[in-house]
Amino acid sequence: MLLARAFDERCLTLQRQGRIGFYVPAMGQEAAQIGCGWALDPADWLFPAYRELGLALTRGVTLDELLCQFFGNAQDRLKGRQMPNHYGYRDRNFVVGSSPIGTQIIQAVGAAMAARRRGDAIVTIPFFGDGATSSNDFHAGLNFAGVFRVPTIFFCQNNEWAISLPRSRQTAAKTLAEKGGAYGVPGEVVDGNDVHQVFRAVRTARARAIAGDGPTLIEAQVYRLGPHSTSDDPRRYRSDAELAEWKQKDPIGRLKHELLDAGAWTEEQDAALLEEVRGEVAQALARTETVGPADPTSFLDDVYATRTPALDEQRHYLEEMLKAGMVRQ
Amino acid sequence: MTEATLVQAVNRALHTAMAADPEVLLLGEDIGVNGGVFRATEGLLKEFGADRVIDTPLSETGIIGTAVGMALYGLKPVAEIQFLDFIYPGFDQIVSELAKFRYRSGGQYPCHVVIRTPYGGGIKGGLYHSQSTEAYFAHTAGLKVVVPSTPADAYGLLLSAIFDPDPVIFLEPKRIYRSVSGEIPEGDHREPIGKARIVREGTDVSVFAYGAMIPPATEACQSLEGEGISAELVDLRTLSPVDSPAVIASVEKTGRAVIVHEAARFCGYGAEIAAILADKAFYSLKAPIARVTGFDTPFPYALENLYLPNAARIRQSVLDTVRAA
Repeated sequence: MLLARAFDERCLTLQRQGRIGFYVPAMGQEAAQIGCGWALDPADWLFPAYRELGLALTRGVTLDELLCQFFGNAQDRLKGRQMPNHYGYRDRNFVVGSSPIGTQIIQAVGAAMAARRRGDAIVTIPFFGDGATSSNDFHAGLNFAGVFRVPTIFFCQNNEWAISLPRSRQTAAKTLAEKGGAYGVPGEVVDGNDVHQVFRAVRTARARAIAGDGPTLIEAQVYRLGPHSTSDDPRRYRSDAELAEWKQKDPIGRLKHELLDAGAWTEEQDAALLEEVRGEVAQALARTETVGPADPTSFLDDVYATRTPALDEQRHYLEEMLKAGMVRQ
Repeated sequence: MTEATLVQAVNRALHTAMAADPEVLLLGEDIGVNGGVFRATEGLLKEFGADRVIDTPLSETGIIGTAVGMALYGLKPVAEIQFLDFIYPGFDQIVSELAKFRYRSGGQYPCHVVIRTPYGGGIKGGLYHSQSTEAYFAHTAGLKVVVPSTPADAYGLLLSAIFDPDPVIFLEPKRIYRSVSGEIPEGDHREPIGKARIVREGTDVSVFAYGAMIPPATEACQSLEGEGISAELVDLRTLSPVDSPAVIASVEKTGRAVIVHEAARFCGYGAEIAAILADKAFYSLKAPIARVTGFDTPFPYALENLYLPNAARIRQSVLDTVRAA
C-alpha cells in the first residue's frame, strides 16, 4: 500500500514536470485494491478500469513495466499505443483496459462463461467505479451474470466522485450494492478503507463463485483523495472540508495505527519502509529513463493478425516521410 | 455438393464449424429453441446443446460484450444480432473493444469474434429492419467486413470467418436468404476472405457490387449484351480488407466503372472504391465513375422499391457510362 502511494506521488510529479503526458492516481483506494487482489488466485482473470495501481502490484507487475508504459517507450508491452494507466499483461491475467466506462464489466461475464466451459475453476473480476454503475454494460453485465449464474465478482470502488459528479447524483439508490438485487445478484457493502474487511468479503464471494453459487456485487466504499486525473482540478467541485474528513480515514494511516496499537509495528519501521519504497521508485525511474523510444513504425502492427496490403503501403509511406525528416516522433 | 438457399448455407457452415471444433459456440436472441428469427440456427440447439447455442437476454451490448470476453479467453464465439438495425447498443463493444483489443494490448489479446447479422432492404422492413450500414464497420480499423451473395460463398466465407484470427462482421443479405439457391460444398471448405469474385467477365465496363445487389446487377449486365455492351461484374465479397488489386485490374481492362450499393450514397462504401480507382487507375478511365445507390434519406417503408437500386437503374447507369466516352 505504501509502495502504491509513493509511486502515485512520484508519477503525479512526473506529469507536472511534463515527463509523462497524463496520469490517473489511485491514492485513497489502496486498501480496497490490495485487499481484493490478495484474496484472489493468480489464475483468476482481472478486468481493470484505469485506476488499479494497487491491484496491479498484487499481480507482480513491476514499477519498471508500469513506467515503461507511461513513457510509451521501447520496452512498453503495449508498444506506446495507450495512454498511461491503460496497461495489461496477459501472463498476469490482467486484461488490458480501455477508457470507455464499464465496457469490461460484461466482458468479464463472457470470460467467466468461457472458463466454465473449459472446466477452469477460476473467477473473473471486473473493476469499476461509482460512475460506471450508470453505464449500459454494468446493467448488461449484472443481468447476464444473474441469468447465467457465472463465477464473477463485480468489484465496485465507490470513491464518491465520477469526475465532478457526486455519488448522490449518480443514482437515487441508497447503495450501489443494492442494484444487484434486481438482477438476482447478491450485493454487499464493505468499508473499502479496511483492508481486512475487503479481503474477507472477496474471499467469501470467491468461494461462493467457485462452488457454483453464482456472482456477487461488492461495493467497496472509498474516497478518491487525488484528482480524477492530472487534467482535473477537484477544488472546482468539492470542498476542502470534505477532503479533510476523508483524509482522516486514509487506509494507509488506518492500517499503520492498527499495527502500532497492536504493538506489531513501530514509527521507526514505518519511516524506514517509506524510505525503502521511495528508493525503489527512484531506482525504477532511473532505469526507465535509459530506455529508448518506441519503434516509430510499430504502430502499424497488430491491427490485424497480419498486415494488410494497404497497411504495408502506409508503412512504406511513413518510412519515406521519416527518412525525409518530414515527420518526427 | 448439396443444394441450399443462402440461409441454409449459413446454417450448414455453422454446423460444420461446430462439429469440427468444440470451442465454436453461438449466442444471440431467439437462436436456440426458435432457431433464429430467420431460421439460420435451426436444429443446432438440438444437436449441440444449450451450452453451445445460447439464447441470451435482449441486449446487443450484452451479446457482443459477452462474446468479446469469451474470445479473450480463447473460445470462438459467433454472435447473432437479429437485424443490423439493432446492432447500435453494441456499437461501443464493437468499435472500442472488439476492433482494438489486439492493437491496444500490443498483440497480447487477439479477439476473434464473428458477428453475423442480416442487413439490407427489400423485405418491407421499414426504417429499422432494412438498413445497409456496412460503411460504419469498414471504416473501423481492426474489423473485417464480409458480405456473401451466393450460398456457396455464404458457406465458405462464414467458415473462413469463424476460423479467422481477427474479428469479422458477417453481413447476410436477408432479401436473398431464400430467393437464391445453389450448390454448396461439403465439409470444411473455405473461401478466402479479402478476395473479390468475377461473376461475369466483360471488356467495356466494370460493375462493382455486393450482397443483395448482385442479382439486379447480374440482370442488368445480361440485358446489356443485347446492346452490344460487354459488362464485367465484380462481387467484392469482402469490404474490408478490400481486394484493391482486383478492383484496379478490372478497370485497367475495361476503362469504366459503375459502383452499386443499396446504402445511402454520401460517404457510402462506393466512395472508397471510387477513391481507389481515382488514385490507382485514373489513367485507365475513359468516363467518369458512376454510383448507383440508395438515397441520402432514412429507409422508407412503403416506398422501398423506389429507394433500392434495381436492374433498370443499374442498366441505365452502365449505358450512360459507356456512352459518355
